[in-house]
Amino acid sequence: MIKDSEGVIIKTVCRLITPIIQLYALYVIAHGHYSPGGGFQGGCILAASFILMVLAYDIKEVKKRMSEKLNTVLCSLGVIIFAGIGLLCLILGANYLDYGILHKILPVDPAHARSLGILGVEIGVGFTVMAVMVSIFLNIASGGKHEEEGETS
Amino acid sequence: MEIMDFIISKYNYLIYIILMMIGFYAMIAKNNLVKKVVGMNIFQTAIILFFVSTASKKGGATIPIIQYGHGEATDIINTAQYINPLPHVLMLTAIVVMVSTFGVAIALLIIIYRKYNTLEEDEILNILKMEDGK
Amino acid sequence: MRFFTLITLIMTTALLAYATLDMPDFGDPSSPASTHVSPVYIQEAYKKTATPNIVTAVLADYRSYDTLGETTVIFTAGVACMMLLRRKK
Repeated sequence: MIKDSEGVIIKTVCRLITPIIQLYALYVIAHGHYSPGGGFQGGCILAASFILMVLAYDIKEVKKRMSEKLNTVLCSLGVIIFAGIGLLCLILGANYLDYGILHKILPVDPAHARSLGILGVEIGVGFTVMAVMVSIFLNIASGGKHEEEGETS
Repeated sequence: MEIMDFIISKYNYLIYIILMMIGFYAMIAKNNLVKKVVGMNIFQTAIILFFVSTASKKGGATIPIIQYGHGEATDIINTAQYINPLPHVLMLTAIVVMVSTFGVAIALLIIIYRKYNTLEEDEILNILKMEDGK
Repeated sequence: MRFFTLITLIMTTALLAYATLDMPDFGDPSSPASTHVSPVYIQEAYKKTATPNIVTAVLADYRSYDTLGETTVIFTAGVACMMLLRRKK
């Protein structure tokens, strides 16, 4: 969305700072136990890094890195992880989404098994939130005309 | 005076009621559809802040993350030292609902624009009335 | 702004301000929101889940059904946007 001659500084800085934003987003998801954060917050920051690339370059450049198919698969993968952990707890014998029973397959005590269950669930939520935010943004920004040739904004 | 007591002890509710009324005014009195959707967003934000403000506690309470270090956390936790975590949890869900409704509302506005070629409410109602009259 | 809009806004503000007469004060530690379930969460969350952040523990362990429904809501919003806007001409 920026012409080539005008935005050299913007394009270079955005390209340099996007990995740092993504690393910070993964930190926020993983440290949801010890500091304010968790799945929703980290997923939004991850989505913001992709939206920053769309603002600095155009949609085609970002589509090369995050294609439609990968986006749609990631949307569903998060919900599958969440429901799958619940189903695993059901299969092992406890109630649905009762993570205390996971101490039978992981070598920890029940309190830490709950902590690991919380971490797994937050990772699933982070995937879904990131993929849906990027998908809503790309759909609204291009008006649905993804597959045409030569569109830039 | 009783009015001053009421204002000083419950000023948080009054601030968020004023913010709600700003959003409400934008929803009912503006003609452009995008302004109405933005007004809805302001209204929802005011409601979320209203609920979160009921969670605070006086007397130096801190955020609900248990401070530990040198083994002092686990035995007796004083509940007056941490603010109430329950409204924060419920409002995380409300924020996600806010984002979802905003995204779907903007997508609907794009389709309305493609069909009627305008985004002003009175012009759309005129076009609908003329189509009904035919 | 028009007269009818102003009257509506003033009446709604007065009604809401009258309704806050019964609500607890700002920062009251004995309000009903802070006394029934919430002290149990604050005292038991670290022992049962080994997670210092009480908000994450309540959101993903004590109320995990709500978070599952929440994830479904945002997934449905993404699917709804896709269905509304992608049309093959």
